[in-house]
Amino acid sequence: MKDHFSDRKYIIGAMIMLPVLFFIIRLFILQVLDPSYQLSASSNVLRNVTQYPSRGLIYDRTGELLVYNEPAYDLMVVPAQLAPFDTAEFCSILEIDKEYVDTEIARAREYSRFRSSVFLKQISALTYAVLQEKMYKFPGFYVQPRTLRKYPKDIAAHILGYVGEVDRRMIEENPGYVMGDYIGITGVEKTYEEELSGEKGVSRFLVDVHNRVMGSYQDGRFDAPAVVGNDITLSLDASLQAYGEKLMQNKIGSIVAIEPSTGEILSLVSTPTYHPELLVGRVRTRNFRQLSSDTLNPLFNRALMAHYPAGSTFKIVNGLIALQEGIIDDVTSQTCPGHYTVGRLTIRCRHHVTPVAMAAAIQVSCNTYFCHIFRDLLDHPKYGSVTAGFNVWRDHVRSFGLGERLDADFPNELRGFVPPATYYDRFYGENRWRSLQVVSLALGQGELSVTPIQMANITAAIANRGFYITPHILKDVANSDIDPEFREKKYTTIDSIWFEPVIEGMYRAVHGPDGGTARIAQVQGLDICGKTGTAENPHGDDHSVFLAFAPRNNPQIAIAVYVENAGFGATMAAPIASLMIEKYLNGEIAGNRKWLEQRMLEADFINRLVADADEQEN
Amino acid sequence: MQMNRRINIWRNLDWLTVIVWLVLLIIGWISIYSAVYDDAHSSIFDTSQRYGKQLIWMIAAVVIAFSVILTDNKLFLFFSYFFYGFTILLLIAVLFFGTEVNSSQSWFQFGGIQIQPAEFAKLATALALAQFLSNTKRKIHDPKVLVNTSFIILLPVMLILLQPDVGSSLVFFSFLLVLYREGLTGWVLFFFILFCVLSVLALLMNEINMLALLVLTSFAAIVTVLRNAKLTIRGLLIFAAVAGIVILFFRLAGTDIIVDLQLVIAAAAASLVLFIISAIGRISNAPLVLGFLFTAIIYTYSVDYVFDNVLMPHQRSRINIVLGFEDDPLGQSYNINQSKIAIGSGGLTGRGFLQGTQTKFNFVPEQSTDFIFCTIGEEWGFTGSLVLLALFVLLLLRLLYIAERQRSSYARIYGYSVIAIFFTHLVVNIGMTIGVVPVIGIPLPFISYGGSSLWAFTIMLFILLRFDAARMEFLR
Ligand SMILES: [Zn+2]
Repeated sequence: MKDHFSDRKYIIGAMIMLPVLFFIIRLFILQVLDPSYQLSASSNVLRNVTQYPSRGLIYDRTGELLVYNEPAYDLMVVPAQLAPFDTAEFCSILEIDKEYVDTEIARAREYSRFRSSVFLKQISALTYAVLQEKMYKFPGFYVQPRTLRKYPKDIAAHILGYVGEVDRRMIEENPGYVMGDYIGITGVEKTYEEELSGEKGVSRFLVDVHNRVMGSYQDGRFDAPAVVGNDITLSLDASLQAYGEKLMQNKIGSIVAIEPSTGEILSLVSTPTYHPELLVGRVRTRNFRQLSSDTLNPLFNRALMAHYPAGSTFKIVNGLIALQEGIIDDVTSQTCPGHYTVGRLTIRCRHHVTPVAMAAAIQVSCNTYFCHIFRDLLDHPKYGSVTAGFNVWRDHVRSFGLGERLDADFPNELRGFVPPATYYDRFYGENRWRSLQVVSLALGQGELSVTPIQMANITAAIANRGFYITPHILKDVANSDIDPEFREKKYTTIDSIWFEPVIEGMYRAVHGPDGGTARIAQVQGLDICGKTGTAENPHGDDHSVFLAFAPRNNPQIAIAVYVENAGFGATMAAPIASLMIEKYLNGEIAGNRKWLEQRMLEADFINRLVADADEQEN
Repeated sequence: MQMNRRINIWRNLDWLTVIVWLVLLIIGWISIYSAVYDDAHSSIFDTSQRYGKQLIWMIAAVVIAFSVILTDNKLFLFFSYFFYGFTILLLIAVLFFGTEVNSSQSWFQFGGIQIQPAEFAKLATALALAQFLSNTKRKIHDPKVLVNTSFIILLPVMLILLQPDVGSSLVFFSFLLVLYREGLTGWVLFFFILFCVLSVLALLMNEINMLALLVLTSFAAIVTVLRNAKLTIRGLLIFAAVAGIVILFFRLAGTDIIVDLQLVIAAAAASLVLFIISAIGRISNAPLVLGFLFTAIIYTYSVDYVFDNVLMPHQRSRINIVLGFEDDPLGQSYNINQSKIAIGSGGLTGRGFLQGTQTKFNFVPEQSTDFIFCTIGEEWGFTGSLVLLALFVLLLLRLLYIAERQRSSYARIYGYSVIAIFFTHLVVNIGMTIGVVPVIGIPLPFISYGGSSLWAFTIMLFILLRFDAARMEFLR
């Protein structure tokens, strides 16, 4: 076919060439002739410097500072911006060797060539000052201000917990954190991470090829200032805590003290403990490894995580249940021949006045009495079966907060164990077990296990005559309210009228003229009510246990003390508890009790154990 | 017989074009890798990243190219209108069922794959236009043919503008080049190009320079058209006199109208007078030129307004979203500056592969899509830019050669459509990154990240190659 417009192909070809030619000229000017773009690009390296907020401060209930922040400087590197530099000078300023420089740069490069990595953590302020002047010689490096935790008082390591860098798993769980960020790992630092952490900010700087900051990027238009974390106030009494830790030195165990009317934790001691400073900054990894390999396990928070038998202290709970269920009343008495014998089973009791009713039974901690009422409860015909009776008992026990986490504001609380009926079914077969088989529960032994904080909570519930408030360590947080859960009264299943005879027993255990088990815990004018316990320990010497609250009317403090391998409750736990109460209520120890304080401070169950072990080896 | 034909097709395939196509694909892939490089995913085959995805799309593109070659070329011819109609339906459907991305509703989302019907509309329009115009009975200057042709082109433009996707719709005006080749008067193309150039200049230059340029070119045009010194001088004097009077009037009145506007009004008034005189005096062609001058001046001043108030809200917000700015305090110039800095910093030989800092620190918007040329300019420098442009020129000229050697007007018209579309994308995209064309977000063929555009461009190209391979047996 005839094509009249064939020549137009040349015009079209020219039309294609023309703009491309124009582009080439334009590109030549832009890329080769015009130096301003080269310059502009090199001064255009953008550096995003994260502004880390300082974490909130932590105070105790009296306003004493427990945790604050101290500036620290991390030396950062951006591999893509590195240029050859004087390694010798660099190393001498930072007191590192060339090998370190090489490995760290390689590591940073492996992570990212364009993002910054930490090159050297926490250089001192002095080194920082020297380095800052020479910074222009080391392109690709810059200093990132951080803060580190600082502890003016060397106490409460377990409560406060520690802060560390997030790892990959934490980042997955907490989006919003990136590598290098700090996060609370245990204790209050973890529970109240959200309040304490604040918000990161960012500053953007333009940096030239000589590592000089040319100024804020677009006058800081895109900067976001860091928001400081909120300060928090703990219910902890720092001086009481310090005293408790001192009393527990060289002992394994735990003290938990609670203000009964509020559920506020006044003191929470777990020993052996560690210095909180050990887990801060550069030394943390090394110290952590050392602490976790320690056979006494100082990182383990016994107050929340150790499972102990309740021991004789548990008789209080069993007494309350029997009263509530109408198995006995407060004047029902029981003779004690010095032992409780059924068939081949014999449970020994100590020598005391007999017969005893509730108050006296608690005062002298009569095993016979409590075995009787416990079995009478389970075997009571109104329940129809032992299992049904057992379940009634178990429900009462659980209403004291046993067998479940109390949900205190700590990240790693354990639940203890209150065996269910099915537990015994497995051993004996369904409905094949009798009250006799579980009679050790009458004395707080057997399969029942509790944590010290649960025991303190039971004490608080008794002090309150029937209710507790979930124990918590947070008293106040700036700019926000504390969990309403921590204001709510949780009632036990025991009516308040049944507490008086039991409390009378606890009072007499401390003050009774004849046969009180804890007379050593007596402090003039404080009306301490308490109950000793000896938790049988299949692995060694029994644990010494003591529960107490004071004063009897309008109680201010409820306390549970566990001292491992220390034998009878009266020997260690009771004196320590009484000293704690005295310290808290009177502020000081009376002169006539200084000898007791001295003896407690000197008591040493850790080195004694070591000594024993050595002896055996020899 | 069948077998024989197959072999011929492969032998007749224009392998030079295929090789250029493959090279462009690979350049695109490597550039995307560099543009969105992430240390955490440093493998170029990592399919969670854009470069890994692009590889999958490239492989699919090769498969598509093969399929197109293996398809009987008569099918394209046969289904032209059907395909066009189907694409129009898609363009309508996307307005209702599409996914909104960056405030324009232009995507269909099928699981992990996004399809942009506008990309395929170009192809469909090219096929339909070729089918329509190749009918020998149709003469392009027949008003009925012109109306129908305009309809074929403008229908998808309207629908795409509704999304709204201004960039893609502008590409359709490149079909003017095809119409020009098929005999449309050169004036239309001339005015369209002038229109484009003026638009660009109006945005890039300040008003005084613009006005001076306009007046100069107009006088040059008048001189050329009149070819008569006496008439020209008389015209100039009239123009100067009227303009002078108007400006004097402004001065005396002490008005607070800005000087620029005074000059414009003066020039417009002078043009109007000149226009009326020449119209009355029946001076040949002069009214046309003066009419042009008059509209050009008005147009120049309206273009800023249109760009700021009609086109900008959508495009500005789109770029703002990309940059993460709530408002764009530095305006369009910021992006263009960053883009120019990136390209300029490449120097003669570039900063080297993966060494670009501008494109790495997110200074440049849409690094892997519309601004992919920045990465090439920064990392491979002037040399790399030159190579890329050379490849595109090679491709376009080769396609021109191929289009011209077609023996059917259908294939030729289609070929020119492909050339026009590629050419427009090339000029607008690269022109945008070096700051000579306003920011209109359209991809660089075969280089920019994105499956839809890659496939659409590939199908476009290989249908042409398929026609070409069969050109000997294909007469109409
Ligand atoms: Zn007894």
